[in-house]
Amino acid sequence: MRIAVKTIYTIWFREAKTFSREKFRVVSMIAQPLLYLAVVAKGISSAVTLNGNAGINYLTFMYPGIIGMSILFTSIFSAVSIIWDREFGFMKEVLVAPVPRWAVALGKTFGGATISMIQATILILIAPIIGIRLSPAIVVEMWIMALLIGVALTALGIAIAARMSSMQAFQMVMNFLVMPLYFLSGAMFPITSAPPVLKALMTVNPLTYCVDGLRNIIFSNTLMTAGPFVGRSVVEAAMSFGLIRWSLVFDMSIVTLVAVVLTAAGAYRFNNQQE
Amino acid sequence: MDVIHVENLVKKFGNITAVDGIQLDVQSGQIFGFLGPNGAGKSTTIKILATLLKPTSGRAAVAGFDVVAKPNEVRQSIGLVFQDQSLDDRLTAQENLWFHAMLYDLPSTLFAERIEDVLRLVDLIDRRHSLVRTFSGGMKRRLEIARGLLHHPKVLFLDEPTLGLDPQTRNAIWKHVKALREEKGTTVFMTTHYMEEAEHCDKIAVIDHGKIQAIDSPAMLKRMIGGDTIIVSGDDGLAEGLKSAYNVEVQKVGSEIHFQMASGAEFVPKLIAGFAGRVKSIQVKQPSLEDVFLKLTGHSIRAQEGTSQDQMRQMAQLWRRR
Repeated sequence: MRIAVKTIYTIWFREAKTFSREKFRVVSMIAQPLLYLAVVAKGISSAVTLNGNAGINYLTFMYPGIIGMSILFTSIFSAVSIIWDREFGFMKEVLVAPVPRWAVALGKTFGGATISMIQATILILIAPIIGIRLSPAIVVEMWIMALLIGVALTALGIAIAARMSSMQAFQMVMNFLVMPLYFLSGAMFPITSAPPVLKALMTVNPLTYCVDGLRNIIFSNTLMTAGPFVGRSVVEAAMSFGLIRWSLVFDMSIVTLVAVVLTAAGAYRFNNQQE
Repeated sequence: MDVIHVENLVKKFGNITAVDGIQLDVQSGQIFGFLGPNGAGKSTTIKILATLLKPTSGRAAVAGFDVVAKPNEVRQSIGLVFQDQSLDDRLTAQENLWFHAMLYDLPSTLFAERIEDVLRLVDLIDRRHSLVRTFSGGMKRRLEIARGLLHHPKVLFLDEPTLGLDPQTRNAIWKHVKALREEKGTTVFMTTHYMEEAEHCDKIAVIDHGKIQAIDSPAMLKRMIGGDTIIVSGDDGLAEGLKSAYNVEVQKVGSEIHFQMASGAEFVPKLIAGFAGRVKSIQVKQPSLEDVFLKLTGHSIRAQEGTSQDQMRQMAQLWRRR
């Protein structure tokens, strides 16, 4: 047990250390979501009106979705480093060490989650620019959500990457898993007004609950300035116009459950690989 | 004491048998060489001994622990330096060693001393804070050896430790390996397909097509050849003359005549006396492990390379498909 904890810490520390040395990764971590916000969200918001004119503009609606997207990319990218390590040989050093392999997978998972939390922190700092009022509670809740979904998604990536030996294979995963996960998460359009097939897919996508939860968290301290809900909380308005689907407690519970299941799956798959 | 014990070890990948009933024992403190062409089964054997692969059948024990039943104990007792590098080049030399020390559960009070110790051994002490990315191939290999020694393993496995290195670095690595055996009594189990390197070993197992052809010291193996090779050139009837005069098997290679003689140096004056004026040149070649390999397997270690690489490629493909 002591060895397992030490292993988790060691692997986690390496993830954090190497992350801090990769300046390009840090830069793209900040630049990519800003680009989405400034170009995609701005562009769409000038052309569309959301469900029944709640007085919430598209930019505000999409902002939590952008955070969800960034965490998704960050987590999956952390998990890809397994394939990277395998290709560059470092994985062997880990696999021949007298440590349980599931602990290695857990260390990786927490490493990915930590980077996700950093990512979420950076993004929340720009919230005031688009008219969202922050509070300490929001930041703490954000961190918890980022941690949970970061764990879940990194573990998912590890479960997939554990048996993969080439970068090309992972490219395919990116295209057929990550992009659909993002598009069907409610980050870009609300689940309530989506066609039935999409709605069904969105309901089984764990990222949907993360994005829904982030909306619950981020809008909780901001008041409406226009529309029928003037002066009341944005959460209330978004809820009644179907822009938020579930309560925060429900979202958090689902994400926690998914995180536990996927972590177990990732650790199991990584533990039982040969070489 | 036998620190490595291998019994009827077999490893199959699909219908290709990479290791075919290997049997060997390595004594504590020996430098044991595993000599054979690419694809002969050397790396597969090392991987089994290092618990990275499970054998199809047979038994292997390292430092008294069975590699299948007690993988963790085996891993704790061995150090491994792989054929391809396995360092994290985004970390510094010291950080790579720290990582290793943590995973091998060294007491933290020993970290500083041990890390300094091994870095000194491989002459990298002044580069300890440099990122591994900035190291040359030889420095990386030396760092890997240092890392393999950090937890004072009973056995150090070196899989082609000098592959692709320049002769100067190769010599330096040999110096370190020998120093290590002297200072720490570490057993070294290494694979190579360089004949010159095999000479450094106390004992050599010659392996080809997954089977061990012979195990002995380099000197004893060379003695199998039956002496030195004499290479002479001269007039047309010289070969026939030598054959009848000394009762030897001669081989014509171009304009040269090759034959074997127990003690080459003492034979030369006799040859000059006996065939005065007829011999143009004389060379005495001491037997090399290359000759041993040729004699044992019927083919040269280098001529084999092309085909065995194809074999390896086939194996790798099978491996991926599983």
